[in-house]
Amino acid sequence: MARLEINSVSKAFGAARPADGLSLAVEPGEIVAVFGPSGSGKTVLLRMIAGMFEPDDGAILVGGRSVVGAPPERRGIGMAFQNFALFPHMTARDNIASGLRARAGGDDVAGRVASISKLLKIEHVLGHTPRELSNGQKQRTALARALIGNPDVLLLDDPLRNVDAKLRYEMRLELPNLLRRGTAAVLYVTQDYREAMAIADRIAVLIDGRLAQVATPADIYAQPASVAVARLFGDPTINLAEVSPVAEHGMQSAMVAGARIRLGAADGAAPAGACWLGVRPEDLVVSSASTDDAIPARILAITPMHEKAVLLLRLADGTEWLAALPPDAPQGAADDTVFVRFAPDAAMLFDRATGLRIGPSHRLKAA
Amino acid sequence: MEHSSLAGRIFRGVALSLILIFFMFPIVWIFLMSFQSNDQILRIPPRILFEPTLANYEALISGQLRTAAGNLQISFMRNLFNSVVLSSAAVLLALLLGVPAAYAFARFKFRLGETIAFTLLSFRFAPPLLVLLPLSLYYQELGLNDTYFGIVWVYQLIALPLILWIVRGYFEDISPDIEHAYRLAGHSWREAFTRIAVPLAGPGIAAAGLLSFIFCWNNFVFALILASADKQPVTVGALAFVTASGIQYGQIAAAIVLSVTPTLLLALYAQRYLVEGLSLGAVKG
Repeated sequence: MARLEINSVSKAFGAARPADGLSLAVEPGEIVAVFGPSGSGKTVLLRMIAGMFEPDDGAILVGGRSVVGAPPERRGIGMAFQNFALFPHMTARDNIASGLRARAGGDDVAGRVASISKLLKIEHVLGHTPRELSNGQKQRTALARALIGNPDVLLLDDPLRNVDAKLRYEMRLELPNLLRRGTAAVLYVTQDYREAMAIADRIAVLIDGRLAQVATPADIYAQPASVAVARLFGDPTINLAEVSPVAEHGMQSAMVAGARIRLGAADGAAPAGACWLGVRPEDLVVSSASTDDAIPARILAITPMHEKAVLLLRLADGTEWLAALPPDAPQGAADDTVFVRFAPDAAMLFDRATGLRIGPSHRLKAA
Repeated sequence: MEHSSLAGRIFRGVALSLILIFFMFPIVWIFLMSFQSNDQILRIPPRILFEPTLANYEALISGQLRTAAGNLQISFMRNLFNSVVLSSAAVLLALLLGVPAAYAFARFKFRLGETIAFTLLSFRFAPPLLVLLPLSLYYQELGLNDTYFGIVWVYQLIALPLILWIVRGYFEDISPDIEHAYRLAGHSWREAFTRIAVPLAGPGIAAAGLLSFIFCWNNFVFALILASADKQPVTVGALAFVTASGIQYGQIAAAIVLSVTPTLLLALYAQRYLVEGLSLGAVKG
């Protein structure tokens, strides 16, 4: 039982700053996904915790004890690598047992290898060397190796990156249960927002070496802290429009492509001038009938995707928006002129200068 | 290649045979010469069929060289033994020093690292004769002249750079993550080196060791200048076959066969390590 604590950790490689004052705490038994675009510093953060390089500044604590400067083998950390990093000259069994032999000194190694490999469904390939394993089996072997020592902190560096789509789906369902068996504080790096939302208790959004937001998956989706965070979550990505909201009779409204759109009640705070208006594609309603709060648009293309249909729309001012509709909703055809509406509480406002979200969201619907 | 026609296959077979004959002929001829007397060898025209004799091998092993001008003492077996001792010791020392150094150059960036590595390589650029004169003076001062240790040391000029640069490349090819994973599993830096890095670079270490053994074995000038009769390897010892009564071709051929055999056996033995690509399938990326 140990808490992982990262206190204002910074690291620079020349001009690049992959970690810039990062602070994050992970409780025992909690899974925190570190999510961000590639090059945002996710892997650097994991490697600092694992001791592959040291932070320039800040502290890393495991169970209240600083591990900065300690060699990797004394940090109480288990790690699964994106490239699996299995020992090619050892069998899967020896790969998994390598951690136990060093720590426990032969204390029922065989029994524990057997139980963890049963859990991960790789008992039948324990005698194989890594080159005889499929990618899925390699990945499970790497996971078993990381899990078997019951580490205080478990670091998973994009473990599903190199496995095929079907297996990735299965593992997304399996992993949370597997990881919650122990009491390890789990840090899970991924580039896939769906994976982060499926697996994690909380998501830490890392952008350019800084944590943009740390919150539960539902909160991040419904109340992104900034435009950048909002754009990273959701497929298709969020629609944006440049607006300058005004308040009238306690109601906020804004002009979008020539149409006046209601944005919900003004909460006392005056609208902050130039803003981004953000609306999720699935919150758009497309119809052929005009109403006073509808934005006229033309359908450029329709992509049927079985569980939904994605429409590419061009608004009157040239802005392109995406709408995700249920497949049975009336869609029209390409080149049709349609009218787009959304509920006032589906609108998010972001400051144009800072990118931060303005005002509390009325959105309660979880992702 | 499965689609090639019959004519193509025949052509390839003939071409390969010709190439093989071309390259193997000197070796085969030497092998045949080693079973002939000097008279038989110098006969014109030469004959493929002859009455084989073991006299050449007998002379080498007994150390008695019978020539027209009388009996001559040669120490070929002693030379062969010296070659084995000197080359093995030199390669062993070079491996002990070179493999950890190669690992350091592959894994760590340190001040002057590249400069040091390149300086070591540059030992191979200089013609040995250029180094030898000052070196023999130093050796006389230090009392290293005509010692096994002195020759093994000077052989490091041959073996060490070779091992360092070949093995370094193999270490660089191993993903550092594999070693990180081993350390996170609770093993020290030293264990990660001996149980992960060295076994995975095994084929490279074998290749480098074999190559430097061959280069040491074939070296001539270092031992010629720095060693006297009882420390000389076969390469220098072969000079004894140039006698007052002519060149003893039969014995030379037998000596070549005997001195090539150890390296040939070693190469055949090491071959399987050279082709084994251990690292395959370990890392995807």
